[in-house]
Amino acid sequence: MDYLVTHSPALIVALPLVAAFVIPLISRAGPRVRNTFSLVIFSVIAFLVAILAVDVHTTGIHVYTFGATVSELALPGGYMVPVRIMFEVDGMSIFMGIIITTVALASLIYSLHFLKGQTGQARFYSLMMLLYAGMMGLAFTGDMFNLFVFLEIASIAGAGLAAYRTNMADAIEGGFKYIVISAISALMVLFAIGILYAQYNVLSIAALAHYMQYTTLDMMALGLLGGAFVMKLAGVPLHMWAPDTYTVAPAGTTPMILAASYTSMYALYRVTFSLYGGHLDTTAIGWVVIIVGVLSMFVGVMMAVHQTDIKRMMAYHAVSQGGYMLLGVGVGLAVLADPAALANYGRDAINGGIFHIINHVFYKALLFMTAEAIFFRIGTRDTNKMGGLARNMKWTTVFYIIGALAISGIPPLNGFASKLLIYEAVLRFNPILSVIAMFVSLVTLASFAKVFYSAFTGPEMPAYKEVKEVPKSMIIGMGILAACIIFFGIFPGLVVDTIVAPATDALINQASYINAVMGAVP
Amino acid sequence: MEHIPLNFPFLAAALLMGVSFYIIIFKRNLIKLIMGIAILASGVNLFLVSLGYRAGGNAPIYTDVPEGPMVLPVPQALTLTSIVINVAVLALMLTMVIHIYRHTGDIDSKKSRILKG
Repeated sequence: MDYLVTHSPALIVALPLVAAFVIPLISRAGPRVRNTFSLVIFSVIAFLVAILAVDVHTTGIHVYTFGATVSELALPGGYMVPVRIMFEVDGMSIFMGIIITTVALASLIYSLHFLKGQTGQARFYSLMMLLYAGMMGLAFTGDMFNLFVFLEIASIAGAGLAAYRTNMADAIEGGFKYIVISAISALMVLFAIGILYAQYNVLSIAALAHYMQYTTLDMMALGLLGGAFVMKLAGVPLHMWAPDTYTVAPAGTTPMILAASYTSMYALYRVTFSLYGGHLDTTAIGWVVIIVGVLSMFVGVMMAVHQTDIKRMMAYHAVSQGGYMLLGVGVGLAVLADPAALANYGRDAINGGIFHIINHVFYKALLFMTAEAIFFRIGTRDTNKMGGLARNMKWTTVFYIIGALAISGIPPLNGFASKLLIYEAVLRFNPILSVIAMFVSLVTLASFAKVFYSAFTGPEMPAYKEVKEVPKSMIIGMGILAACIIFFGIFPGLVVDTIVAPATDALINQASYINAVMGAVP
Repeated sequence: MEHIPLNFPFLAAALLMGVSFYIIIFKRNLIKLIMGIAILASGVNLFLVSLGYRAGGNAPIYTDVPEGPMVLPVPQALTLTSIVINVAVLALMLTMVIHIYRHTGDIDSKKSRILKG
């Protein structure tokens, strides 16, 4: 058991990576064997993530050095800087790990039936494993260059999945946009890594943060990194790819690509807090994040209102909800250097922003799945052509209502819990921002109510008389997420205390992140 | 190499990146867009390699090394990784362009725009 705990960070990334290449072989034995294999692999990984989470939450940051005699040993004897590749798993990393794993599990179960009868399923599962490995690596990695590598793995796999339905022209186009944006942002990240390496001759995030001098070149690197990650997480004004890519990706993978966007958001937080946090006055950076957040919230929701494609509408809402997270954490970042304000409302703001990530991924994944369930049965995403679906698709309707209420911040669902945290904290920072956030939430409710009326209610349409409920595996996939949403909504305090607060502390406490690797080195 | 100033490679890298951003933003042909990304990748790779260069340095192989400075091995390793990754990315992008061409009969990004609004 100890052995498993110690090596779990490596196993969590290595297992899906190996599985991705084994799956094409295994699927020769038939789809049943392949599906079982994928499920077993993901269950094992979920178990590993769970024991790693317990370990991180009880004993603190988990450093895993590859190739070292003792895996916790970050600095080999006599070395001043870490030279080996390492993973550094703290509260924030494992928080992302929990999100990604839950969503991946639900997506996988959903996809089992969704894909039935389609070609290239083996490759679909391969890419899904690769995407998962890329995201987990991105969340766990302790050095900048692996951050780039895992970012690229996730991007390539994500683009492949978005363009999975090659028989549809729009799918290819959405996938193409995603890979172009990813390639450009990854190269910007690499350029920034080069700038940092040129000055400090190290790649480990902790060591870089330790030696950081905040020169002009460092600020350039920060600008490049920030721009790249904002592009990847679809913050306005760099959001143009998100609606296209989310719209066309097959249902099982839209939640995964959504989670990949928030893994980029994690990378942004890791860079701004852990790499540049320290002695730099982060007020300006915080305000930039806040402005991007408010713009995303507002533009996203305004673009969403008039969409007639149901998934496209949800995709614009994803941009808008991303703004809430940026707003919350941005407020925390702006007051990071001011201990009184940080204790007063900054910590709550970060808590809210981070809590909103997990809430949003769950309810937006659920909504995308219901939209695709409709597409699966009636073959269109146009809300004007839908009607009366509640009569035949009862489960889908229930799940849609849960998701729609959660995203609009209606108590007692989870969206309310995190939005309330953000409203309260932001109100004490700047009331206008809080008012904008509440307004956006109202518009969100309006636009989801509109779709609900046009798609689910109304008289039975003759064309959809024979429409049936979706298969069981899709219902189970959606059910897992719905259960999480309701659980998080009823016990928000429990969730915040157990997984969100450690993540916030991990972000704020830069010194412990550095010391976990650099030890007592002066 | 003595005649070339040491920051010459950096200027070349900056030039490549500038050209590539011009192409990526202003060119509408998807193949040209991909070429732009390839040039951007080359620019970044050139930047990384020139970071590790030391004038008159030797290859960093420890078994039989002459006197004098060695070039840094890490940026070379990074560049190699980055080249491999970029091959994969470019190949994937080209496959997608082929698919786009099959569907729309065009590779002009203004005309093959199905997704709008």
